[in-house]
Amino acid sequence: MPDPSPSNPHGAPRTLFEKVWDQHVVTTRDDGPSLLYIDRHLVHEGSHHAFAKLREKGLPVSRPDLTFGVADHYVPTRGRGGAIADEGIARMVGQLADNTATHGIRLFGLDDPRQGIVHVVGPEQGLTLPGLTMVCGDSHTSTHGAFGAFAFGIGASDVAHVLATQTLWQKKPRRMRICFEGKLMPGVGAKDMALAWIARLGADGARGHAIEYAGSAVRALSMEGRLTLCNLSIEGGGRLGMIAPDATTIGYLEGRPFAPKGETFARAAEDWLALASDADAAFDREFVIAANEIAPVVTWGTSPEDALPITGETPDPDRIADPGRAAHAREALAYMGLEPGRKLTEIAVDRVFIGSCTNSRIEDLRAAAAILAGRKARVPGLVSPGSSLVKRQAEEEGLDRIFVEAGLEWVASGCSMCVGMNGDIVASGERCASTTNRNFKGRQGPGARTHLMSPAMVAAAAIEGRLADARPLLEGRI
Amino acid sequence: MEPFRRLSALACPLPLASVDTDQLIPARFMKTPRAEGYGRFLLYDLRYGSDGRPSGALPLDEPARAGAQILVARRNFGAGSSREAAVYALVDYGIRCVIAPSFGDIFAANAANNGLLPAVVSEEDAERLLFALEAGLEELVVDLEAERIEGAGEPIAIMIDPVMRTKLLNGWDDLDMTLSRADEIAAFAEADATRRPWARPDA
Repeated sequence: MPDPSPSNPHGAPRTLFEKVWDQHVVTTRDDGPSLLYIDRHLVHEGSHHAFAKLREKGLPVSRPDLTFGVADHYVPTRGRGGAIADEGIARMVGQLADNTATHGIRLFGLDDPRQGIVHVVGPEQGLTLPGLTMVCGDSHTSTHGAFGAFAFGIGASDVAHVLATQTLWQKKPRRMRICFEGKLMPGVGAKDMALAWIARLGADGARGHAIEYAGSAVRALSMEGRLTLCNLSIEGGGRLGMIAPDATTIGYLEGRPFAPKGETFARAAEDWLALASDADAAFDREFVIAANEIAPVVTWGTSPEDALPITGETPDPDRIADPGRAAHAREALAYMGLEPGRKLTEIAVDRVFIGSCTNSRIEDLRAAAAILAGRKARVPGLVSPGSSLVKRQAEEEGLDRIFVEAGLEWVASGCSMCVGMNGDIVASGERCASTTNRNFKGRQGPGARTHLMSPAMVAAAAIEGRLADARPLLEGRI
Repeated sequence: MEPFRRLSALACPLPLASVDTDQLIPARFMKTPRAEGYGRFLLYDLRYGSDGRPSGALPLDEPARAGAQILVARRNFGAGSSREAAVYALVDYGIRCVIAPSFGDIFAANAANNGLLPAVVSEEDAERLLFALEAGLEELVVDLEAERIEGAGEPIAIMIDPVMRTKLLNGWDDLDMTLSRADEIAAFAEADATRRPWARPDA
């Protein structure tokens, strides 16, 4: 039943996104934008520009109780516990500790047992809840939409705005729904679903839209899978992606440290289940993708839209009619050191990386370990769990031993080789099979060549020393 | 913030699609305080070789383009991360307007917060501008009030969200406007605590 509320007087059918939006409108200006109340604000080392702006204007933090700090972008993944050797990196991590202490903001800092990547820590700690508005100075804030939160990344000026006012001016985005219907093949997961839709719609395909992911294949995903799917919304141009809360969501949240307790939780769960899009709610754009047709996907170029099934081959720019797109393909192939028509499974890799806010949760580590168990990697690689708690759990399950025995390095948690800010970089000209989110030029280090794929596919690449289909390696193991 | 009304300036072609934020400013430079200036980091890895010498790969470094304040690029400009440093690099370099068929949403919002105009034109018009600039055209006029670009034959229409246009035309800073609404925000928060008792972090 659509509820007739002050913001929805006629009880017209609404989408999940519209219901959450309506609950947060403080006021709407005549020319369109609304002032939205923000329920959670996450800050990290990169937020220093925003704190500097507050200082400049002499403003306090409006709601330190709704603001949380996490050290992730610059933290070293080796030698934790000691002093940070690099002066610049030590300054970044220290600045976050100083700024959060000055303003009375709780910090999950370098030595906190709950430290990790901000988009892993939020859900893990129950800071992320359905129906919340959440922002962070990081584009992958869309991750939290897996719980039915309206979560999006913002730049430093907007971070300062939220710190000072706990609100943000926003124009209502258009509505898009992507339905994945049917059952995924074994060895295919959320990463493949995400890269498949981005390859189809383009890296700017969802620009200006709030995405809702729906359909039987989405409902069948665990919270970890849903987090991966929503995480990559920004790589398709969408600022946010959401999934309606259900029993899986509520089961995950019960008992989390910062989640509501007892009767408040029961009341919350009732409110959360009512957030689902009404049956006859309208979307501006809608797409349906057959889940059983998705094969494991890898990227070949320098944009996440440059993605193909592992069974494919690199494109031929001479056969692309659009001059801009042909130029991009030509340039991307040159940067990647690849020629047109090359079979993807013939591309040799130099190293692998398993980690990042996209694919570093316990289920991701299990998926990679299932392939690596009892086998040896032909290339070196790094495994960085999404949080210090994920690291501990993986060690309790013995996954760390599987990685180490396969020849990979097991390190501490942080953004690490996804963005290279802490010094974990891929050397110039080297090719890396990576579970991360961006294959941009120089993303993993100047001149680095990145191929994006799922944790299972990275594990397969490690064993074969080239891009490889994970499915044969999984036979008898799942 | 300086209002953006009409800009008559040197323009530079950047005939690339998906010039993402990692290219606009590589992550390793972002530890620098803004006061030191970000202009020298703009498109660094495209403009300089691993030995730190200019590669001459981009028209931006041609003597004839020195002092350019307008960039013309292909689709999906500024895709990627939320790093406002990508906008700082452009602004500190001296760029006041980027013309492209599409922009990353967060980049466009960050640009407007710093007085940089993300001017959307059709793919055909972007190609026409790139062609004209590569053939030797130097100056363009970007008229935000009239929502058009002049200087390359027929005037070219700019597509821009009206709210962003007003903000840029007036040089408004959101924060100053919102601070005057503190009472309204406090009243909302109080009513909301009753409506959604579960929304506060419980610990």
